[in-house]
Amino acid sequence: MIELLSATRCIACNLCVKACPDHVFEAVENSIPVIARKEDCQTCFLCELYCPVDALYVSPLRDRDEPVSEADLADRGLLGSFRQRMGWDRARPKGTHRDTSYRMFEDDKVKP
Amino acid sequence: MTAQADTKLEADVVVIGGGPAGCWAALTAAEQGARVVVVEKGYVGTSGATAAGNTTIIDAAPGSVAQFEALERRRARGAGLVEEDIVTRVLDETHRQLDRLTDWGYGFPTSDNGLLFRGSMRGVDYLYFMRRKLLKAGVTILDHAPADTLLAHDGAAAGVSGWWRGSGERWTVHAGAVVIASGGCAFLSGALGTHNLTGDGYLMAAELGARLAGMDFTGQYGIAPKGSSVTKGIVYFWATLFDADGNRIEETGDRQEIVARHLLRGPVRAVLDKAPERLREGMRHGQPNIFLPFDRQGIDPFTQPFEVTLLYEGTVRGVGGILIGQDGATDLPGLYAAGDAAAREPMSGATSGGGGPNASWALATGVWAGGGAARFARSLGPLATRRPARAATETLGTNVAHADARAEIAGIIRAVQDEVLPLDRSFYRSGARLAVSARRLDDLWQAVRRFDGRLPGQEKAHEAAAMTATARWIVASAQARPESRGIHRREDATSTGEPPRRIHSGGLGRVWSRWSHVTDRPPLESLAAE
Ligand SMILES: Cc1cc2nc3c(=O)[nH]c(=O)nc-3n(C[C@H](O)[C@H](O)[C@H](O)COP(=O)(O)OP(=O)(O)OC[C@H]3O[C@@H](n4cnc5c(N)ncnc54)[C@H](O)[C@@H]3O)c2cc1C
Ligand code: SF4
Ligand code: SF4
Repeated sequence: MIELLSATRCIACNLCVKACPDHVFEAVENSIPVIARKEDCQTCFLCELYCPVDALYVSPLRDRDEPVSEADLADRGLLGSFRQRMGWDRARPKGTHRDTSYRMFEDDKVKP
Repeated sequence: MTAQADTKLEADVVVIGGGPAGCWAALTAAEQGARVVVVEKGYVGTSGATAAGNTTIIDAAPGSVAQFEALERRRARGAGLVEEDIVTRVLDETHRQLDRLTDWGYGFPTSDNGLLFRGSMRGVDYLYFMRRKLLKAGVTILDHAPADTLLAHDGAAAGVSGWWRGSGERWTVHAGAVVIASGGCAFLSGALGTHNLTGDGYLMAAELGARLAGMDFTGQYGIAPKGSSVTKGIVYFWATLFDADGNRIEETGDRQEIVARHLLRGPVRAVLDKAPERLREGMRHGQPNIFLPFDRQGIDPFTQPFEVTLLYEGTVRGVGGILIGQDGATDLPGLYAAGDAAAREPMSGATSGGGGPNASWALATGVWAGGGAARFARSLGPLATRRPARAATETLGTNVAHADARAEIAGIIRAVQDEVLPLDRSFYRSGARLAVSARRLDDLWQAVRRFDGRLPGQEKAHEAAAMTATARWIVASAQARPESRGIHRREDATSTGEPPRRIHSGGLGRVWSRWSHVTDRPPLESLAAE
């Protein structure tokens, strides 16, 4: 579930409010958004792609809270790690053509 | 479009749901000159089962060896219920649209042999692309706008209404035709990308009298690292599995089935040690979400065994849905269905269509339903949206405020889940357990009908009702098939040599299910009378 919306990084663009499929965030006038409905988070990690400044962190645990500290996540290189791997940049997909999934189909084990 | 009080819109075609099926339906209708509105519970681009994952799709040219082989594989897995002509049409349509995506500059990767690889797409990139395509084609998109009620005129679908998640206000779209592309139903199991997939479209279609099909073939689960959402089963092709005693599991065959069998006895662990280095790299750069549960918990999945579980996927990767004819038409004039919302039996037969068939089916049926809906709307003439349309049903909601509505609705959802999610309910079925479930679900249907999604605190009532209704069709259909076939596994009945037949279902107050002939489906074209 979503565990962090970093107040130090967030620029209040509200893209996460818009793009989260489960309406987890709530915009706040003249401020940064809040995680308003954590229990509706489906642990899809997609808000991390849309955040232009890597201010969000989604824990992979879908049914349990996982207390996190921003400094620790940053140390471990986890803030924005998914976005970088996917090649997203400022809320846009820039890595589509670098998808190497074709290797999964090379040894004919998997056939669609 | 953003939330406004009491929004009223008019369109030739309104599409419910903006996953791949809905996007292709909307684009096709718009290309035919229709005014199109898409209403989406979440956000077109991130919502639904495709968005959150990667999507293997069948890229096979008409008449090619690849297409022939794909057809043969479908036939082999479908347990007699695949319709070859429809599979061929789906594959042809998919290939045609993949060609168009290529022409539009979609960023398909080039594999090491120098050829474009179009057999897998990142869902979130694909749907980002489709969203932009829709906006350029002039389609109006309503995000965070769940639909809950169809409008009807004289037995024909004439629009849809719903609410804004932000404000709770209502919106209404009067339309010449409606496409239901709201995905499948996974009963909030936690499987990746399925939180919005609660069977809403099935309920809306059934309220108007549409039939469902294939709800018996719903014993579908995905393998995930325990505690995570990531049901990406493909990686377990390269896994070694261990049982509760730590012994290597040597059985071969269907991986889900092996995991299910052993999970009933205790924890099951996996390690992806069979993946060669080149593939490990490929997976990491291709599908990074596979690794989030591992990297973020400090596990090396290639060397360190980790616990796995099965999460229910229902009709998302299973089979059942609204019965459609070849142009996506349902039983009702003006009502079309596509993707997981539509019964996938002709494509996947009795088995899950995971890994390619589903994505192809969503694309092709989306194109057909969008085209069919645009033609239907056109045949109505210019006054289509001025028809006096009324809410298709009064089934839902008694408009009474309940003090503990939120908790009561949550309790109903949990009780419905108890009849569907456990392995001994949907993976392995028995006549005795199905009978118990049927009785409990009848009571839950009475309970859920007391709530009204339009009242504060009762926002989840419509989803709860849709899941309850879907569970009832699943159970009734499973009861009607006293044999094991495909992903319908009866402990009290083996696979029989019976000729393959389909099971249709429907009804709300009284649920029904019955055998039917393979070819009994809505007519090819169901244009309005001139
Ligand atoms: C983890 C996972 C991996 C998969 N991998 C593959 C694969 O590799 N290959 C393959 O072929 N298939 C795969 N599938 C199946 C595939 O994702 C689905 O078949 C496909 O997404 C169906 O497309 P759709 O448009 O019908 O539904 P979805 O993509 O689920 O879209 C439905 C949309 O409708 C919206 N909606 C729901 N209710 C309402 C409402 N009341 N009002 C408005 N909108 C609503 C939802 O928010 C959602 O956006 C996978 C499924 C899962 C879960
Ligand atoms: S992980 Fe998905 S559901 Fe959760 S907050 Fe992020 S976008 Fe929303
Ligand atoms: S997307 Fe990122 S920067 Fe924008 S509001 Fe959300 S957390 Fe803040």
